[in-house]
Amino acid sequence: MVSLPEQKKSRDARPAASHRDPYPAVTVDAAGIVLSHNEQAGDLLARIDVGAALGEVAPAWLNEAHLRHANGAGKELSAWAGGRIDGRPVKALAGPGADGAVTWWLVGESAPAGAVRELARERARSGLLQELSSELLASLNLERCMAVTVQRAAEHLADAAVVVGMGDGHSFPVTRCAERGPVAQERVMLEPGQLPGLAEALLGLPSVSSRWIDPGQTPSWALPDGFVEDAGDIGSVVVVPLPGHGVPAGCLILLRHRREAAFTPGEESFAQLFAARAGAALSIARSYARQAHVNEAMMRDLLPPAPGRVHGICFSGRYRASVAGDRIGGDFYDLHPADAPEAETVAVLGDVCGKGLEAAVTAGRVRQALHALLPFAADHARLLTLLNTALLSAQQTPFVTLVVVSAVHQDSRVRLRVSSAGHPAPLVVRACGRVEEVPAEGTLIGAFDDVEFKSAEVTLRPGEVCLLYSDGITEARGGPLGDAMFSEERLRSVLAECAGMPPEVVTERVQMVVAQWVGEGRHDDMAVLAIGAPRGNRPTTEEEQPPERGTV
Amino acid sequence: MNGDRQNDSLTESREELWQALGEFDESRAIAVVRRALGTADIKQTHDIDASTAEQMRAAGERVLLDLIAPAQERVGLAWASNDITVAQEHAVTAISERCVAAVADATAPALFGPFTGRVLVACVDGEWHAMPALLVSEVLRMRGWRVDYLGAQVPTEYLVAHVQRTRAQAVLLSSSIPTLLPGAHNAIASCQSVGVPVLAGGAAFGPQGCYARLMRAEWAPDARGAATLLGMSPGEPGEDAARLPDMDLPHLGDQEYSMIRRSKLQLVKQTLSDVEEGFPEMRRYTATQVERTVEDIDFIVSYLATAVYVDDPGLFTRFITWTADILSARGVPPRCLHPALDSLLGQLKDFPRAVGILAAARA
Repeated sequence: MVSLPEQKKSRDARPAASHRDPYPAVTVDAAGIVLSHNEQAGDLLARIDVGAALGEVAPAWLNEAHLRHANGAGKELSAWAGGRIDGRPVKALAGPGADGAVTWWLVGESAPAGAVRELARERARSGLLQELSSELLASLNLERCMAVTVQRAAEHLADAAVVVGMGDGHSFPVTRCAERGPVAQERVMLEPGQLPGLAEALLGLPSVSSRWIDPGQTPSWALPDGFVEDAGDIGSVVVVPLPGHGVPAGCLILLRHRREAAFTPGEESFAQLFAARAGAALSIARSYARQAHVNEAMMRDLLPPAPGRVHGICFSGRYRASVAGDRIGGDFYDLHPADAPEAETVAVLGDVCGKGLEAAVTAGRVRQALHALLPFAADHARLLTLLNTALLSAQQTPFVTLVVVSAVHQDSRVRLRVSSAGHPAPLVVRACGRVEEVPAEGTLIGAFDDVEFKSAEVTLRPGEVCLLYSDGITEARGGPLGDAMFSEERLRSVLAECAGMPPEVVTERVQMVVAQWVGEGRHDDMAVLAIGAPRGNRPTTEEEQPPERGTV
Repeated sequence: MNGDRQNDSLTESREELWQALGEFDESRAIAVVRRALGTADIKQTHDIDASTAEQMRAAGERVLLDLIAPAQERVGLAWASNDITVAQEHAVTAISERCVAAVADATAPALFGPFTGRVLVACVDGEWHAMPALLVSEVLRMRGWRVDYLGAQVPTEYLVAHVQRTRAQAVLLSSSIPTLLPGAHNAIASCQSVGVPVLAGGAAFGPQGCYARLMRAEWAPDARGAATLLGMSPGEPGEDAARLPDMDLPHLGDQEYSMIRRSKLQLVKQTLSDVEEGFPEMRRYTATQVERTVEDIDFIVSYLATAVYVDDPGLFTRFITWTADILSARGVPPRCLHPALDSLLGQLKDFPRAVGILAAARA
């Protein structure tokens, strides 16, 4: 960028028309209201003021040109308009602004021809920076940001461009492309010392002027396919650091062919502006990727298992977290398959009070504690009492309600021992469509020193299912009239329709009906776990009636 | 020629599969699918040369699209004509999903070589019918794509985060329920604004995908069409793709959609009470019947809002016609829809677009 004439500080230094402008400049919104102007514009148009209508403070030709621009979005319009102000010929150049606003630069006809050309170039550059920023910010993907950066740089700043990302000290992600060529991305083992300026840029040191870089030293990994025969055909090289947030984000290398003119100091400093925008976007993308990775790693531990068939017993669990977009929360379920078919497999479904990440972490702790206590699962009351003691001794004791089920497959039936710690009682769907509550009850866990539990035994015949659920299901608010609770009654009628269905169909149906009940409303975590006795492949004998239906 | 013969052989399998599904007989359904694949004799991976692999993939695609997909369509029709309950529909779909898994399993040895590219397949938020998306995923996989299949009802926020992380070349978005269109529009615009083209599919997007085009998404009529379209590598959306979804639909400026959405609860309640007044038999309804009626009214208002959103009376008229058929199949006279439409006409008399849509359906 050429150095600009010194300016006096303007009255109104808003970003669009600022004191750096070499000419009178005024930014006007789509409705024709002046948003900002610089001091020179104040000298030229005496009545101009922020908030004034352009039509009242500027000559008609300028106002008309503005209206053409503001209304003609998308149409190819000449960027130039011309007319007279105070009898002097003036050219007005329209520049891009945000949200349909236009910045008009007003150039006296007497201004030197070179200055007009420079102004047009300036306008193109600010347009390019704006375009680059919006394109980069739209994507939070690191590789894509690098690809966009080299494409734009090769198109507007040089003949070819390369981005070297921050590697691990030995190998570095390299993205390169020639003007209008394909983008190549790979990891390269490289020695940053090979190319003058590269090591400095990666350390975040000031950039090395292109005059000090011998283009012949350009390493082969920096040459896009088919760009040149060898480094000898390269005429000039610029190496610019990509500044990140706090740490360098990498380095941008610009290459020009020998037949092209070398980079001017103005072009080099513009490349730095360009690199600043690109570097900021790259480091945002990188921290986003890192965060996503951390989330993913944590999530893997906290996500419920994908159940299936264990020792002749079918399990199906489904989960919906209360926070949209989250996949974890305070509800949990777990499955501990037995070592042998004749031993009991243990299933648990529970609810830690609270929601979001904190509740999920607590739920993870409860699941671990339960896992460690599994050897005591033959005696549910003992297991739950030990869990209570363990949670009471922890700081910031969470309240937990849960159901423990020990299940074993015997003679084509599934026998269940069920215990509840302050949790909604599981429901059993019989083959005939009757829905029964399992009479298990007990104290919630993590609140009292004295706890009591009463277990129940249930036998599932082929095709029958026992459903464990959290209160997020029955307490879900919604329905067509807005604020009704889903209620155990509705859950029972959904289950009655599911008689004879396998567990995964039951859980899918329940989750779907509840989700539709809630609609776009808020809801708590919702978990369901169904345990079923496999049906064999015999069709049901019961006639299944279509649901009762009303009319409008 | 060859194709005809293969299709003939599937006709028989189709009937067998339908019977197995009707009896909820998973093992038999899977056996039918395996037989139709004709891969029983290929046991080991190292037996497979390129042309056998090609044949296996072709057979897999045919079984997915010409055997399993038609059966699944028939399930939907059976529900509409009240031959099966919605719970049975779920059960049959679960078996169809196992059948798709069996195809994927059997053809896995025929999938080698470099990926064509990476795409993401998902259902829009609120969409539970995952089967079409699953079929598209498997077809694309067999055509060499690396597919991230996210399944039913994917929150848009999660969808966009996934696109960012995996850098998918395209998003395939499936929806069968028209009332999810405003949400689908948001998902389309969000994916495009991060630079990824979106290909929409499913009945929700209207005849010939007209609503998909309205939302500036590509559209394919079926899985094969989607694969072809992807093969032509749709271009990345430009920087103007970052937009508010309503910029695509200038008619939203009249605020009719927003008003109907915001006053939906009130509209449903008033319609219910108007219908009760004009339809004295309703007083004898059981609680369940009343609840079903409220649901029906809720649907009517949701579809009306959606028709106003895309500015197409056809969407609403099709829904009313469909509902009338569903009601007749269940022994309910469809003329009882009229009082609800009349009530809404009265309540929304100041909204010209809504009135036009209601009047068209009333006629």
